Amino acid sequence: MQMPDPDQGVLDRRADIVAAMRAIVPGEGVIADDAMLKAFECDGLMAYRQLPLVVVLPETTAQVSAILKYCHEHGVKIVPRGAGTGLSGGALPLADAITLGLSKFNRVLEIDYPNRCAVVQPGVTNLGITKAVEGDGFYYAPDPSSQIACSIGGNIAENSGGVHCLKYGLTTNNVLGVEMVLMDGTVLRLGGKHLDSGGYDLLGVLTGSEGLLGVITEVTVRILKKPETARAVLLGFNSSEQGGDCVAAIINAGIIPGGIEMMDKPAIHATEEFVHAGYPLDVEALLIVELDGPQVEVDYLIERVGEIAKGEGAVYSRISENEEERAAFWSGRKNAFPAVGRMSPDYICMDGTIPRNKLALVLQRMNEMSAKYGLRVANVFHAGDGNLHPLIMFDANQPGELDKAEEFGADILKLCVEVGGVLTGEHGVGVEKRDLMGEMFTEDDLKQQQRVKCAFDPNHQLNPGKVYPTLHRCAELGRMHISRGQVPFPDIPRF
Amino acid sequence: MTKILKPDNAEQVLDAVKWAVSEATPLEIRGRGTKDGFGRPVQAGRVLDLSNLSGISFYDPGELVMTVGPATPMAEIEQALADANQELQFEPMDLGVLYGNASGAGATGSIGGVIAANLSGPRRVKSGAARDHFLGFQAVSGRGEVFKSGGRVMKNVTGFDLSKLMAGSFGTLAVMTEVTLKVLPRPEKTRTVLLMGTDDTTAVGALCDALGSSHEVAGAAHLPADVAARSGVGYVSGAGSAVTAVRIEGPGPSVEHRCNALRGMFGKLGAVEELHSHNSVAFWREVRDAKPFAGDLADRQVWRISVPPTAGPGVGRRLIDALGGEVFYDWGGGLIWFALDPRADAGAGAVRAAIQDCGGHATLIRAAADVRQTVDVFQPQPEPLAELSKRVKGAFDPEGILNPGRMVAGV
Repeated sequence: MQMPDPDQGVLDRRADIVAAMRAIVPGEGVIADDAMLKAFECDGLMAYRQLPLVVVLPETTAQVSAILKYCHEHGVKIVPRGAGTGLSGGALPLADAITLGLSKFNRVLEIDYPNRCAVVQPGVTNLGITKAVEGDGFYYAPDPSSQIACSIGGNIAENSGGVHCLKYGLTTNNVLGVEMVLMDGTVLRLGGKHLDSGGYDLLGVLTGSEGLLGVITEVTVRILKKPETARAVLLGFNSSEQGGDCVAAIINAGIIPGGIEMMDKPAIHATEEFVHAGYPLDVEALLIVELDGPQVEVDYLIERVGEIAKGEGAVYSRISENEEERAAFWSGRKNAFPAVGRMSPDYICMDGTIPRNKLALVLQRMNEMSAKYGLRVANVFHAGDGNLHPLIMFDANQPGELDKAEEFGADILKLCVEVGGVLTGEHGVGVEKRDLMGEMFTEDDLKQQQRVKCAFDPNHQLNPGKVYPTLHRCAELGRMHISRGQVPFPDIPRF
Repeated sequence: MTKILKPDNAEQVLDAVKWAVSEATPLEIRGRGTKDGFGRPVQAGRVLDLSNLSGISFYDPGELVMTVGPATPMAEIEQALADANQELQFEPMDLGVLYGNASGAGATGSIGGVIAANLSGPRRVKSGAARDHFLGFQAVSGRGEVFKSGGRVMKNVTGFDLSKLMAGSFGTLAVMTEVTLKVLPRPEKTRTVLLMGTDDTTAVGALCDALGSSHEVAGAAHLPADVAARSGVGYVSGAGSAVTAVRIEGPGPSVEHRCNALRGMFGKLGAVEELHSHNSVAFWREVRDAKPFAGDLADRQVWRISVPPTAGPGVGRRLIDALGGEVFYDWGGGLIWFALDPRADAGAGAVRAAIQDCGGHATLIRAAADVRQTVDVFQPQPEPLAELSKRVKGAFDPEGILNPGRMVAGV
């Protein structure tokens, strides 16, 4: 992975930069000691590591603004970091950049039940928001698997989803407003407790921008009352094709389940061995369908889902009869990553999204690739929204296996694009998928996205080397090639 | 040469924009031309008429995705979806009602216009606006370059989400040549619980309670007595009082259960009625389209104001105290429709002063062109935000070729 060459001038000025940071953030908020910097050398994508120039952990918006202003004026790069749980290397440090950690922004500022929103600092964990409001029966809907640890600021950076997003939306559909700081130190507010905005939807483009546009210092999210009840049903099939058809049949019947997940045989076996969820071991595909709402609705729909599944050839069906059983049904799926981790010294988790009706084809091609690379793969699938998480197992101690696993992963993502899907559903591009962006986008597509980046950060100081494979200078991106009066437009008179 | 450029396909759109850039001739971007009254009047040398970029090119109900040309009539889209028992869940308002250019045969205007104006409806509180259902697009930027963003899948964080920027940009950033939307099943049943005769503050309190319940409220509106009296639904117009309404959708047994629960909540505050499917659909269409301010009130100026729901009644009172006129509320109090007798300044100063403390934004959605020329149609932004928005415009359309001045004078 080629990262931008460190700026020797910045490395030489390290002591000055550290001193400047200490003047802004007193005490232990500036970390310059190598042993302590080690804790920040990677995020959830642990294959890539780099010690940051220095880590700064501010506590106030004013400090963030002062840090960015200093860096803007002194040509120092910034890598924003939330909880460091990202899986695509979005918070991978750069040797010549300050890693700006938001972990001290950890307070819930306001809970406003009548307006159904909560105002929190960006370092509050995803689950922390729900914890703050669940006593009154409310929750925050998007629930990525890392929700115990991941921060809401990071969720915005990656537009995180989770297992309930077909019905309840992604982060972008659940964030109402932010306070953010631009690279030059300007503090802005986008949105608020009201809906939509009068001008361009900058909040919308900020969400999922992977720390390239600004640093978020406050977040307003929508909270919802918890559904009265929820029940889940396990449905087993003799082929993944039948499982996929069953998902389509449920949706075609007008039912949007709260959650709808699928696992392939290797994933079923790995998780069953790990948590003993009670999964059937003789099926090729297992669906977990969860219905939530009033008891009467859940009972009514779960019966209909059972009938639909029977019609689609389900060979196994089991409905949860109580909360314990429902939790057990989910325990396997929610532990899929560590379960696979037990079976193999190392694994990487991919994150493509595909049109759902291409699932059987993609799984079949993936099996062929698995044979070709000699590496095992297990699949968990957010079946409602087409988001596929292949877990490729390998042993990093075997020379060449990491490269092979990465090549296998890249082939899977190329396949996702080939069948009409995308490179990443919720983990982000980061550094991991950066060099695959050309599979999905043309040079002009990527340049247009980077022009938006230039509107926020004209010197590419925020998280450079992430998301975009080639860094173009903003002046170059802005140049227009116009030849007035010389361009032939034979079509114009016909209009 | 004619004033209207009417390309047949995306390649010709590219030719037209390149030509406009080379000639430094601004273009007014138009789909079906039904929303010309929305936004500031555009001064452009040519109209770029996209009406030939129309039609559904991909629709798979099982995948919940539809791809269409930008000028595809809303009526055509809604019909195709209805045939598969699906819908656009963001329920975009039909501005033809307010602008008096509805044909009566299905929804007015094109999908491109709906996206460009980021329209929504009463279900905004539950399901979002156009922005939340807009998955991807192909377009020609004001630089005269073809680009795309997003895709045909629900979940996608591959690169910046430029779809969000396009939604609500009123054609000022790029000319869309193809758009992809998320579509969803229609609810099996719809019913509405009505609470009669409460004042605005009590009503909004009740609506916030309903929205804060687990009953998945899909519409929460309050019509003061004068507004309710103009409804085409007999139960509402005949009430002789203010009417507060909550919409419940879903499978039959669930709707029954939740309506009963809401009747229980509202019963303590006043008389309660219920609208069944037919009347519910008619009533929420009126709310969606701001129909109480159409017809006889067609000469009034109309504002659409978004605030935190609990602030709604206070804002409504301040508006009427300052300017007279009428209000009604959607989104549990968070959306205020305000109609006033025409003024040269549309009362803009007082309208924006009314929301100063609570936060939000006010859009002048109906007024004569000369008024929209001089008054800020969209909420003015603080300086740093306005500057950033200007730079974003420049990132797509540095020469100011596309719909100049439609949103902000001089941009």
